[in-house]
Amino acid sequence: MKTLTLSKLLASAAMCAVALSGAATAQPHPDAELIIEGELQLKVRSEPAAHMDGAVPEIYSGWLFRADETRALQMDDFENPAMLGVEDGEAMWNTAEGAAGQSCADCHGDAAESMKGVRAAMPKVNADGVLWSTEDYINNCRTERMEADALKWNSGPLNNMVAYISVQSRGMPVAVQIDGEAEPYWERGKEMYYTRYGQLELSCASCHEENYGMNIRADHLSQGQINGFPTYRLKQAKLISTHNRFRGCIRDTRAESFPMGSDEFRALELYVASRGLGLDVEGVAVRN
Amino acid sequence: MNSRFISAALATAMVVMGASASAEIKPADVVWEDEIAIPASLTGVPGDPAEGMKVLTSRSLGNCVACHENSAMPDVPFQGNVGPTFDGVGARWSEAELRGIVANAKNTFPGSVMPVFYNDDPADYIRPGNAYTAKAYDPETFSTLLTAQQIEDVVAYLTTLTEY
Ligand code: HEC
Ligand code: HEC
Repeated sequence: MKTLTLSKLLASAAMCAVALSGAATAQPHPDAELIIEGELQLKVRSEPAAHMDGAVPEIYSGWLFRADETRALQMDDFENPAMLGVEDGEAMWNTAEGAAGQSCADCHGDAAESMKGVRAAMPKVNADGVLWSTEDYINNCRTERMEADALKWNSGPLNNMVAYISVQSRGMPVAVQIDGEAEPYWERGKEMYYTRYGQLELSCASCHEENYGMNIRADHLSQGQINGFPTYRLKQAKLISTHNRFRGCIRDTRAESFPMGSDEFRALELYVASRGLGLDVEGVAVRN
Repeated sequence: MNSRFISAALATAMVVMGASASAEIKPADVVWEDEIAIPASLTGVPGDPAEGMKVLTSRSLGNCVACHENSAMPDVPFQGNVGPTFDGVGARWSEAELRGIVANAKNTFPGSVMPVFYNDDPADYIRPGNAYTAKAYDPETFSTLLTAQQIEDVVAYLTTLTEY
């Protein structure tokens, strides 16, 4: 019985191999290059960072897994629907809000200067040793300096502001810190990445490390990178935040998800960002 | 052997018979052979292959085609390829083995990404949710992903897939 079972297992392994080779066409696009407005070339393939320890042979932007039309949208700022959010973010940047009567620009001046590279290093440990996402830094300025209300996680205004800040890092390499004070957060995020949540018992790695390039129903699985966030999602017809994407992916395992803006998702954000070390910040991307 | 013992044994036998005739086998009571196969039907009612096809393709039921291709169903769009194709699956595995794989594929394929379709114990999961709501599970309604009869229906269909 045991040998019989073994031979059947081998037969099914052979079928897996067939499925794998049959899916070759669904792998990341072999040679497409992401060049914005014919000028700015973004790095969409890279050697994995050392910490990845051989988990994948190469890292790829989610852009490479999308259809021709979707990829084209991101190459043209007039076609890219996320740019409308960037424009709104820019208007907010220059508008005074709150009891202190100040705008972001009153303290930070020209975002093209002061915000350059900020998104590339997010999420980042703050002066108090706490890991914060871009959203937290924005809300801290609002409540502490502008005396305005904090914006709701994944709300239009907050996503637009993150988008405006992200665009200032477009084309810069992802540069998150994972050692020193960041390390415990990074470790927590890594543990989450490999935890098989929910009644379907799937981890991030089940889909985005073990099965990227494969199709799960109509979806072509990417490596689940976040260098393109916030991202305009055609399916939702709006900009979405990293934490919104995480929430959806965990929900899809029939799990109790974590809230957007939770410490868990900040830690996961740091770890997932670090899997993209080597890619460029695309903020703001288009996906389906 | 005294008469009291005999009547107790008879009573037990009757309970067992009653159970097999009416109730289905609960996940915790499934009897496995060689740890991977389930020889006995979970319900005693023969599976219906046509119903099995529905379970295989319907998103709200098995959604098996999310991960498996099946060339016997060319009209079903968006067949995934995370798992092996179903072509010839009825030739590769016996009915008992197919029942085992559908009920709990992790016995046959340790660490598999294929979900366990016949387990109703929330304690076996990490943060089990209330279906796809992202909310915590409800102890009143938490159930197996497929019913015992749906598993019988799927197995009945899979056994017909003997062509490669
Ligand atoms: C059941 C499969 C599955 C699991 C488990 C899963 N995802 Fe996803 N994820 C998808 C699919 C499908 C998409 C959309 C296509 C794509 O980009 O892969 C997606 C997209 C994403 C994206 C967007 C990528 C882009 O380029 O815009 C990110 C980020 C992501 N997932 C992160 C995660 C993280 C982090 C986890 C674990 C907490 C996770 N996913 C778990 C299926 C899954
Ligand atoms: C999330 C992905 C996923 C889903 C959903 C899924 N499976 Fe699977 N299945 C797999 C994988 C992967 C394997 C191969 C074993 C392995 O490597 O883990 C497999 C193996 C099998 C096998 C053995 C195939 C062979 O050729 O040896 C059968 C039979 C099977 N699955 C039936 C089903 C049925 C029936 C359903 C739905 C009720 C289903 N699967 C749903 C991923 C999945």
